[in-house]
Amino acid sequence: MITREPEFLPPPINMRGRLGRAVLLNCRNAGRALLILLEAMTSLRFVLSKRSRPVVLQQLYVTGIKSLGVISVVAMFTGMILALQMGLELRKYGQEVNIGLAVMVSMLREMGPFMTALILAASVGSAMAAELGTMTVSEEIAALEVMSISPVRFLVMPRLAAMMIMTPLLTFYACMLGVVGGAIVGATQLGVSVPAYLDNATRWAENKDLYVGLLKSFVFGIMITTICCYQGFATTEGAVGVGRATRRSVVVSFLSILVVGYIITRLFYQ
Amino acid sequence: MIRFEHVSKYFGERKVLDAVNFKVERGETFVIVGFSGAGKSVTLKHMIRLLTPDTGKIYVGNDLISTSTGADLVRLREKFGLLFQGAALLEWMSVFDNVALPLREKTNMSDAEIEKRVEEKLRQVNLTGVHDAMPSELSGGMRKRVGLARAIVMNPEIILYDEPTSGLDPVTSRAIDQLIDRMRLELKVTSVVVTHDLFSALAIGTRIAMIYDGRILEISRPTDFIRSQNEIVKRFLDAQYITKKGAWERTDHETQ
Repeated sequence: MITREPEFLPPPINMRGRLGRAVLLNCRNAGRALLILLEAMTSLRFVLSKRSRPVVLQQLYVTGIKSLGVISVVAMFTGMILALQMGLELRKYGQEVNIGLAVMVSMLREMGPFMTALILAASVGSAMAAELGTMTVSEEIAALEVMSISPVRFLVMPRLAAMMIMTPLLTFYACMLGVVGGAIVGATQLGVSVPAYLDNATRWAENKDLYVGLLKSFVFGIMITTICCYQGFATTEGAVGVGRATRRSVVVSFLSILVVGYIITRLFYQ
Repeated sequence: MIRFEHVSKYFGERKVLDAVNFKVERGETFVIVGFSGAGKSVTLKHMIRLLTPDTGKIYVGNDLISTSTGADLVRLREKFGLLFQGAALLEWMSVFDNVALPLREKTNMSDAEIEKRVEEKLRQVNLTGVHDAMPSELSGGMRKRVGLARAIVMNPEIILYDEPTSGLDPVTSRAIDQLIDRMRLELKVTSVVVTHDLFSALAIGTRIAMIYDGRILEISRPTDFIRSQNEIVKRFLDAQYITKKGAWERTDHETQ
């Protein structure tokens, strides 16, 4: 059951008690979030069913198309900044043509997945937490459960499917735009021609860089959905609670993206 | 139909239900009244297992709902329709989609059959011409009626009403009362209504239970309820200016 009874915990006796409780509650919350993820994953078999298709399409639109603008701007400028900073340093050694490789590898390995995930957590993820949080406090989630409609299958599964598809696609798009941004800076400010830049970028970058980056973004998409939907379902105390859930969903998502991003990098690049 | 046996519930240190015992008979409209915070809504939420008792048992028919989980709980919940206090309509869905939701999610009915059933239920709650309206465009009374249409769309055996007239003007409140009464007469359903509106309770209830401080003080027919000798019940009746004849009365003291 997603709808939970109100919790009444006695105040902790001392600081150690407070810390211990915080650890235990966070472990319990992580467990609950994982259970939601598990149910959503098993519900993915309904993703193409007649009743789910329109909701999934709507979520694909919200996640993908509506995020396109901000991701385009951020990706383009990230590539431009990377090219400029590295180009200015490399120019001291006459190596400015290598900005192609630097921008391509940076975008594929780290910047593309990170920037995309952070943008999606801040825009789509926070919206998920706010929507589900509002539904929780206005008893809409309880109404679904009373009607024996699983809120996870009905609400989380389409969001999860959309994020699993759209995060890697948007990441790839962000990487390509970042490379284009780098090419513009290279051509206009560093004197690196576009063919030379692209030749350098494609010659040394490996397929592994692309695959690991896309894997990262796929994992980030799942994480953001799980964290934000869980925070929405765990909302209590009305409008203030919705605000708190939204803020917490963004903060926890950001921290998780950084930590899990490092772990994946460590696994594939030793 | 529904049986509470020594049901107690704590919220932290506070006992919100204290060894509650009562039985709702098939086909009746059982009204639970009481002051704010007395435990009315908590009692209602126990019936459909949105809350679980700390001690005691709750039966729906012969099935123990208070410990049911999984498929058993789903099967038992299918016997219920619940009208939430704020109607709990899904705000991004139209009136039609809200009412059709349980049919689309829980049955294999065709679109034509769903449309027919939704039309029928909307007509039963006196709502026409609002199919495409969004919940935010509806008045409080209309929202409640849409909520009721959604609650009855699966033809439940039991309908639970959580404060059905709260926040509504007297005319709309009486219209909702009539609807609740019609549901009992036409659909032969068992109804449990939680309210603090005594006019409503007296108008629709076949029996009225007064809950106070988590305990059931009195269960009686409306005609007996207004003649109760219990001091707390009398205070509750007096607070709503209801006399032993069931009429509204204003004392000279109040008019000064």
